[in-house]
Amino acid sequence: MRNAFIEELVVAAELHDNIALVVGDLGYGVVEPFATRFPKRFFNAGVAEQNMMGFSAGLASEGFHVFVYSIANFPTFRCAEQIRNDVDYHNLPVTIVAVGGGLAYGNLGYSHHAIQDYALMRVMPNMLIAAPGDPMETRACMTYLLNNPQPSYLRLGKAGEPCLHSSIPVVVPGQWLRINTTDNTACTILTTGASLALARKWIEQREQYADYALHSMPLWGMRHKSNQTGEACKWDRVVVVEDHLVDGGFGSWMMEALSRQPDLLARIQLLGLDSAVCGMVGRQDSLNAAGGLRLE
Amino acid sequence: MKVDTVQLAREIRRNTLRMVHRAKASHIASALSICDILAVLYGRVMSFDPANPDDPTRDRFILSKGHACVAVYSTLAEIGVISKDQLKTYGEDFSWLMNHISHKVPGVEFSTGALGHGLPFGLGKALAAKTKEESWRTFVVLSDGEMDEGSNWEALMFAAHHRIANLTAIIDYNKLQSLDSVANTLALEPLVAKLAAFGGDAREVDGHDHAQLFDALTRKSDDRPQVIVAHTVKGKGVSFMENRVEWHYKNPNDEQLAVALAELEAINA
Repeated sequence: MRNAFIEELVVAAELHDNIALVVGDLGYGVVEPFATRFPKRFFNAGVAEQNMMGFSAGLASEGFHVFVYSIANFPTFRCAEQIRNDVDYHNLPVTIVAVGGGLAYGNLGYSHHAIQDYALMRVMPNMLIAAPGDPMETRACMTYLLNNPQPSYLRLGKAGEPCLHSSIPVVVPGQWLRINTTDNTACTILTTGASLALARKWIEQREQYADYALHSMPLWGMRHKSNQTGEACKWDRVVVVEDHLVDGGFGSWMMEALSRQPDLLARIQLLGLDSAVCGMVGRQDSLNAAGGLRLE
Repeated sequence: MKVDTVQLAREIRRNTLRMVHRAKASHIASALSICDILAVLYGRVMSFDPANPDDPTRDRFILSKGHACVAVYSTLAEIGVISKDQLKTYGEDFSWLMNHISHKVPGVEFSTGALGHGLPFGLGKALAAKTKEESWRTFVVLSDGEMDEGSNWEALMFAAHHRIANLTAIIDYNKLQSLDSVANTLALEPLVAKLAAFGGDAREVDGHDHAQLFDALTRKSDDRPQVIVAHTVKGKGVSFMENRVEWHYKNPNDEQLAVALAELEAINA
């Protein structure tokens, strides 16, 4: 995903001289293609995330679309107030890019587990969350963000994720993007972010979900709740899957979106991480399973 | 046109006192301490057309100590960006003149209120001007207590490293914080030496001396970001408010307002 991201960014920067990339002293082996070609629009803020986010907002206020790249919780929690006050309140085109979403850095410990990031970012009124499920959705999200510059949070996995789409889809916020084809019109799994691959595997390998439909929602946020009742009402059962704590995550967002129609709420099952995973260390798949993203 | 900045500062203080009195708001002393800085900046230093506050070639001003917003609203009314009648809405329900500075007011670049945000944001603006090879400058006014925030030191390091010389930080060093003096809260001294050690072109001025302010704000810097430590008096111009912690919070009653306005008449008259 991160390779798809930097490729799309370099192409965009060739076309538009207002694209800037700011990094928080991270991105070795990833950001060099941009840094080499556009040195005047590449800034390493050093290990100083508050200033990184603050000056990125300042750059954005002067016409730049700024991509701020770091990993895990560093570009979100460490500078949360700068995101809230400087970026989101002023509605500035800053795209915060975090690599290592979910438990991708499972072995690196709790500091590197981005499993509360949706909860933080989705309470910013202007923030668009972009959580692609594969490299194709990453490219699709980049196209959307470049065409619609705004406060945004691009949550990526790492590298080497499988492509689940055969071509780059067109994505819009709040849309349920159909992934598989099945005759089942009653039951579906709905995911956001890298847990798409996990859900796909369950459908392929587990009898319980064998004929389930599969949807991904790579773009969502506080402003995009309104069409969810219209989508959810088409299904008898929706299993919402995310590699984030159940508390405050994508599933919670969906429940809020449906809260005025209790009959729809009853159709939703949330499948995310339990707080028991906090503090555990291990490979991503081991931790996802330990946190509850598994089939009994 | 050469503006009489002493007269401008007096008018800013007058508006400021009336607004805080009418709204029964806080932070009068914090506002009074920066009125001379604002008068010199807007009156003589900054390239800023009140009739065209969004002109892309304008100099940018950011108030990082957002709680002193009344002084900026007053300045914008004095130079004609907003009307003096609009000042009367300060503190009312749903007023666009928020009690911490608001970018929804014409002529205001950036909303603050949480400290430690203005300098990084201003740095971003200065960086944009430098990248685009534009000649406008960015001025940021900070409080002294605000220098407790690490983000300011992060910004200064970055600005020095990247030789951002079109950025000027003005620290309103009135020596008082929210509960006690700066010295008793979290000592900043030796402040100028620290700022210089972080790479700033640091100098000190009397923050109420207009000639000194003008000189410091217009002097050509080398390739370092400029940091002006302006020694000020919190509550400047109103004897019973000067150097008193309680006027960070209190608002003047009718009688106190009358005394304060009379004292302003006497300054440099």
